[in-house]
Amino acid sequence: MIRTFRPSSDPSSGLSRRAFLATTGALTLAVSLPASRVLAQAAASAPAPGTRVTAFLEIRPDGAVRLLSPFVEGGQGIATGMAQIVAEELDAAPARFEVECAPPGPDYLFIGGLRFTGGSFSTRTSYELMRRVGAAARDMLMRTAAARLGVPKTELTTDDGRVIHAASGRALGYGELAGEAMTLDPDLEVPLRDPATFRWIGKETPRLDMRAKSTGAAKYAIDLTQPDMLFAAVVHAPFLGTKPLSVGNEAAVKAMPGVHSLHLLDGAVAVCADSWWRARMAVEAAEVAWSDPAPTGIDSASADFSSAGMLAALRAWDGEVLEAEAIGDAPGALAGAAQVIEADYDAPYLNHAQLEPPSALAKFDPDGTLHLWLPNQAPEMFQAAAAKVAGIEPARVHIHSPILGGFFGRHFVYGPGNPYPQAIQLAKATGRPVKLVWSREEEFAMDAVRPLSATRFRGAVGPDGMPVAIEARTVGEGPMGRYFGAGPVDPSAVEGIVEKPYAIPNRRMMFGKLPHPVTIAFWRSVGHSMNDFFYESFLDELAEAGGQDPFAMRRALLAKDARRLRLLDEVADLSGGWKRGPYEVEGETRARGVAMASPFGSETATVAEVSVRDGEVKVHDVWVAFDPGSVVNPKIVRAQVESAVALGLSQTLVEQAVYEDGRRRDANFDTYAILDRSRMPRVHVRIVESGAPMGGVGEPGLPGVPPAVANAVAALTGRRPRALPLSSMTFS
Amino acid sequence: MKLTVNGAVHDVDVEPDTPLLFVLRDTLGLTGTKYGCGVAMCGACTVLVDGVATRSCQTPVDSVGDAEIATIEAIESDPVGARVVEAWVGIEVPQCGYCQSGQVMAATALLKETPAPSDDDIAAAMTNLCRCGTYNAVADAIRKAAA
Repeated sequence: MIRTFRPSSDPSSGLSRRAFLATTGALTLAVSLPASRVLAQAAASAPAPGTRVTAFLEIRPDGAVRLLSPFVEGGQGIATGMAQIVAEELDAAPARFEVECAPPGPDYLFIGGLRFTGGSFSTRTSYELMRRVGAAARDMLMRTAAARLGVPKTELTTDDGRVIHAASGRALGYGELAGEAMTLDPDLEVPLRDPATFRWIGKETPRLDMRAKSTGAAKYAIDLTQPDMLFAAVVHAPFLGTKPLSVGNEAAVKAMPGVHSLHLLDGAVAVCADSWWRARMAVEAAEVAWSDPAPTGIDSASADFSSAGMLAALRAWDGEVLEAEAIGDAPGALAGAAQVIEADYDAPYLNHAQLEPPSALAKFDPDGTLHLWLPNQAPEMFQAAAAKVAGIEPARVHIHSPILGGFFGRHFVYGPGNPYPQAIQLAKATGRPVKLVWSREEEFAMDAVRPLSATRFRGAVGPDGMPVAIEARTVGEGPMGRYFGAGPVDPSAVEGIVEKPYAIPNRRMMFGKLPHPVTIAFWRSVGHSMNDFFYESFLDELAEAGGQDPFAMRRALLAKDARRLRLLDEVADLSGGWKRGPYEVEGETRARGVAMASPFGSETATVAEVSVRDGEVKVHDVWVAFDPGSVVNPKIVRAQVESAVALGLSQTLVEQAVYEDGRRRDANFDTYAILDRSRMPRVHVRIVESGAPMGGVGEPGLPGVPPAVANAVAALTGRRPRALPLSSMTFS
Repeated sequence: MKLTVNGAVHDVDVEPDTPLLFVLRDTLGLTGTKYGCGVAMCGACTVLVDGVATRSCQTPVDSVGDAEIATIEAIESDPVGARVVEAWVGIEVPQCGYCQSGQVMAATALLKETPAPSDDDIAAAMTNLCRCGTYNAVADAIRKAAA
């Protein structure tokens, strides 16, 4: 049975106020969020986001600028990008800026009434607002200077941190003016700078965080301390949802060196001690009796739950499917086709494997106020969640958001997948500040995972060899549905399969929801991380069935789509001209694959060259033509695309989080493989600024990589990869 | 127990099998050296022990003896280390930065031993993991620092 579903376009959803979001063409969080949440945020007393200059800027007497950014820096370069944008309008060089992630507050809710650093939303949702903050601040400084100098504001100019009255040769530094200027009401209608005169936006402005990150000076959450602080370590229950019942050797554990206390928590045992190593040694020495998991099934992490069993359940699932997209008459076209091509694709659970293990430092003030330092990409969401755990009002929870040692979607609120509830309970129980760090092993047991997913395709080609119909059935669950209550069709489960640009006349895309019993996550590029692999690989299967070259077929299917057609031609040019192969290079046989993707409001075209060496796929070069509309810092954008290519390749070649007998199989990097130097290809990025509405940057480089590599492998070996990672295939 | 770190001698009161990493981070407060895996796989904890790149998470503190330990905090006092840092900043190697203390230490050890490393030398010496995928930038920066 198929039920038709169309996303509603509720004008109160917050999206309508941000036309630039609506025009991205991507599935957005804002579309899916319930209107009530957005309206609740728009309480009459709260300032509109981005309108209160002092919520963002502090200019110190020496002219240094402290910028409170709505977004957290986790490697993507957003701190520098925000500084460039504000600096341009403020007229003070980005090098003068120190950037911190802002505390919770209504000023920073830039994304449809919410705030998070994710969805590749940061720059595109804040670009205009942050320019306006900078321009309004400059105007406040100029008004103050005009009063002090007794001249009309129109006679004043600015230059890198100074207000200048050229006629009298006088100048005042921003630092001298700021104290008074920041008490003025901002004029948000002040004109913005002509982009033709930009000095920092659009330029390779140096990143602000390079020296601190090259000398060990950068501080992450895991590095922080508080006076009188205890260190804590935990061991989690072996099965998600089971609990500690007792500790057999409690007295012996408590007698271990440096141990302060032992605690039975919900789903874990904890030890507090005077060093983290002593806490860890003690908690791992505890002989814990745990409750039993359910014996079988996929409703919980049962004693026989496994990745393989879950995949079989997704494939065998025959419940109600919802129509996510329908164009033309795919069932009719498939029924009348001479030949129907069918294929099953799947992709595994994945760890985030960010290199900084999660931690949380909790401290109660004598008045009961809670301070939490923790890696997070959504301060208000953690504030609300922590308040519930602590049993206090959200306003009494202070969230501190240090830079992140990688995130890739790791640091949202994920139920049992975050350490902060444990840290709060331990701080409460001990009456002292507690820093809880999860060991890598505990992290790989508890990290929220990119969901495993399976899609079944059916397709047909016409007498001219071109695709006439494509049908997809995706079964599983996406993080949007689980954490944000998205509509019947979870956009994060089908993105990358729906809204494809190709001129295929008959399409039907369906979604069936089968929840995972494990903690699922957003993972860099979310549904696109696997769905574009599925779709773009199957498109190559249709090309093969129709006797078409996959590059030429994509060009033909995009004949009326100037933006994407150009991108295909750009990537062909970047890679020295399209050739599929196989062909001989440096004494070995290689081949290439091509793939396109439209993630997060941006467009990519990707080509990969591969060979097989010692039974393994070797990727030599990856070329990416990337069109995010326009960019703020081309060097940072290229670095982000290269980073996304690396993560995309990691999941393509080697990575999977495997459940066996109800537990994670791999506890550390010795068996959970990630991309290392030996597998890193040369990466070539060409930025194409089409001038289309600004799209995302952090994630879009990833989705084209798995299908480009898989299509190259098929061209090289004649064998079609339909599952990741490719290390599961054997090549002789 | 006495420990010589960045030229200064420290008296530390820890179990002898405590990994050097946690003595540096939690006892001495030198948090530039990072914990990533604890099993010597990722290299985030790399320090120099008598000039040799060493994964401190698998180095019991009592095995160090009176060897000189150098951490990222003192890297710029070493002329080779200072060149490495300048190359890292100039090329803009780091992204999240969490692995980069270890990468800088490993690169410094490589260039002290092999002032003009080949690509194979770099591949052999630079086995630290980077989840942000800065491998190519790391190699570029090593070549720049060597030049």
